[in-house]
Amino acid sequence: MLLASSLWRLNELSGQVEHVAGLQNYRDIVTGPLYRIVTRRTLILAAGVTIFDIALAFPLAYYAARIASARLRPLLLLLIVMPLWANYLVKVFAWKTIVAGDGPADALFRVLGLHIQLGTSVWSVWLALSYLWLPFVVLPVYAAFERVPPSYLEASSDLGARSWMTFRRVTLPLVLPGVVAGSIFSFSLSLGDYLTPGLVGKTIFLGNLIDALAGIAHNQPLAAAIAFIPMVIMAIYLLIARAMGAFEAL
Amino acid sequence: MGQPVDRMSAEQPGVAVLLEKVEKRFGEVVAVDGIDLEVLEGEFFSMLGPSGSGKTTCLRMIAGFEAPSSGRILLGGRDVSKQPPYERDVNTVFQDYALFPHMTVEDNVEYGLKVKKVPKDDRRDRVADALEMVQLTGFGGRKPAQLSGGQRQRVALARALVNRPKVLLLDEPLGALDLKLRQAMQIELKEIQQQVGLTFIYVTHDQEEALTMSDRLAVFSRGRIEQVGSPAEVYERPATGFVAGFVGASNVLSGEAARALTGDAHAFTIRPEKIAMADLDHQAVGDECTATGKVQEVVYLGASTRYVVHLDVGGELVIVQQNLDTSSMEALQVRGKAVRLVWKARNNRPVEEATGAIGGSADPEEGVR
Repeated sequence: MLLASSLWRLNELSGQVEHVAGLQNYRDIVTGPLYRIVTRRTLILAAGVTIFDIALAFPLAYYAARIASARLRPLLLLLIVMPLWANYLVKVFAWKTIVAGDGPADALFRVLGLHIQLGTSVWSVWLALSYLWLPFVVLPVYAAFERVPPSYLEASSDLGARSWMTFRRVTLPLVLPGVVAGSIFSFSLSLGDYLTPGLVGKTIFLGNLIDALAGIAHNQPLAAAIAFIPMVIMAIYLLIARAMGAFEAL
Repeated sequence: MGQPVDRMSAEQPGVAVLLEKVEKRFGEVVAVDGIDLEVLEGEFFSMLGPSGSGKTTCLRMIAGFEAPSSGRILLGGRDVSKQPPYERDVNTVFQDYALFPHMTVEDNVEYGLKVKKVPKDDRRDRVADALEMVQLTGFGGRKPAQLSGGQRQRVALARALVNRPKVLLLDEPLGALDLKLRQAMQIELKEIQQQVGLTFIYVTHDQEEALTMSDRLAVFSRGRIEQVGSPAEVYERPATGFVAGFVGASNVLSGEAARALTGDAHAFTIRPEKIAMADLDHQAVGDECTATGKVQEVVYLGASTRYVVHLDVGGELVIVQQNLDTSSMEALQVRGKAVRLVWKARNNRPVEEATGAIGGSADPEEGVR
């Protein structure tokens, strides 16, 4: 259905969809600078969110799986999962309030002596999305750490490797599939989300573009064609992830 | 009941590993209860005992995975009690092999040399040699998941041996293999040990394995060592009732039964294969011991038959007879009959009262892992 409607065209005079198959929508996407800019921007946002989430999730998962005592561990996991219980919109509006002018974020930066105003910038969107998808990244990484048998670490140490070497050569390669698995969530969810960019920020991303074309401009054929951009990106991403063994880690 | 350590001091060459009053507690549980032990260089030394007897904890303390709660561990005369595993010149073959799944066989074997920054050419030669020793030449490019259990076991051995450690620690390495393969590996392990001349410390709960492979062995029970000696010594002259029961099947008689048979109430043990069946009117001559009883049970074992005899003076004896000219029918017909048993009194071994630790002990090792 999506594929079929992406091949139709909108008669610009009548505003009616003409059910004639053609590749003109795809030609527009490839040649139009707007779509390329928005696609690149969305990719950078999704990558930024994913990198930030991995950077946060990795030490968090490591601490929960390896260092925390048996009593602390369930509590930590509960804290990580708890935000998932709250409504999505509640969390988005909370972030809108946090980053708004004269909000808590502003106050914090003022105390730190920094002249930063997040407001409705892309940085606010980046922070909000990173917060939203963090649990989805932490859990697979945590599971990956849990799945490395202690005897591997003992064997490495027994063979002469110090902690750092063991981490680099044994733990990290074994945890990597879990990290990639987690990144699938943060990346794909960031790629498709349009509510958070719309509510927290002002910048147009792919999701907002599709929303505007389908809802406001009534150009469903072009919206459908644009919807294929994140799908193609995710297909490539998943192929790479599968090659890295991420699906076994799920 | 440890081994006296005054025979040789740690500073003299010849002692590979020395344990001094080593104790390990996990909270309330005492896993190792003050052990003194010395293992000589080039020796195949086994630690034998039931699970939870402290043998594995002992091995893990020598490797450095556990720190002793008190006491000292010396490797080649040097106190390593506080050293981490990567600073100790020992290597371990793990029970589950612990091969790195993301590395090839070659990378696994090379790992220890790589982290110790051995030059590349040297590394390649040593890895090839090690793989040849365990007969896995040509398997270097495979992943552990593509190997059979026996092959993985060999890789684990090669990965440890390639580092040429002072002492090789083996934690029930054959436990996961089937009987045929295990017996083949026992012979091969022993050959490799003699070939490289390394000190092997071998943990096992299989008494047959310990007896066939070891130069000397220590029998563990409840965190203590019951006896240290050569297989023949431990088998022929068990120091305690526990050793007699755990190493090979054995009979322990005590109290009234012992007094009636030997004139002394002190407990003694007699091996089942040392007892013969005789005519009911047989008279004891020389240093023979004799007793009458009723056959309670007959188990036909093919090459031999096992009889459980309830003695008239109390207690029971298990005896094993070769089926020289006894058929299964004849053997089974003895059930319920009165018999007279005869054995040489010099085969009686006085032992301390049986501790009854077999199977009845808590299992602190399993609990902490």
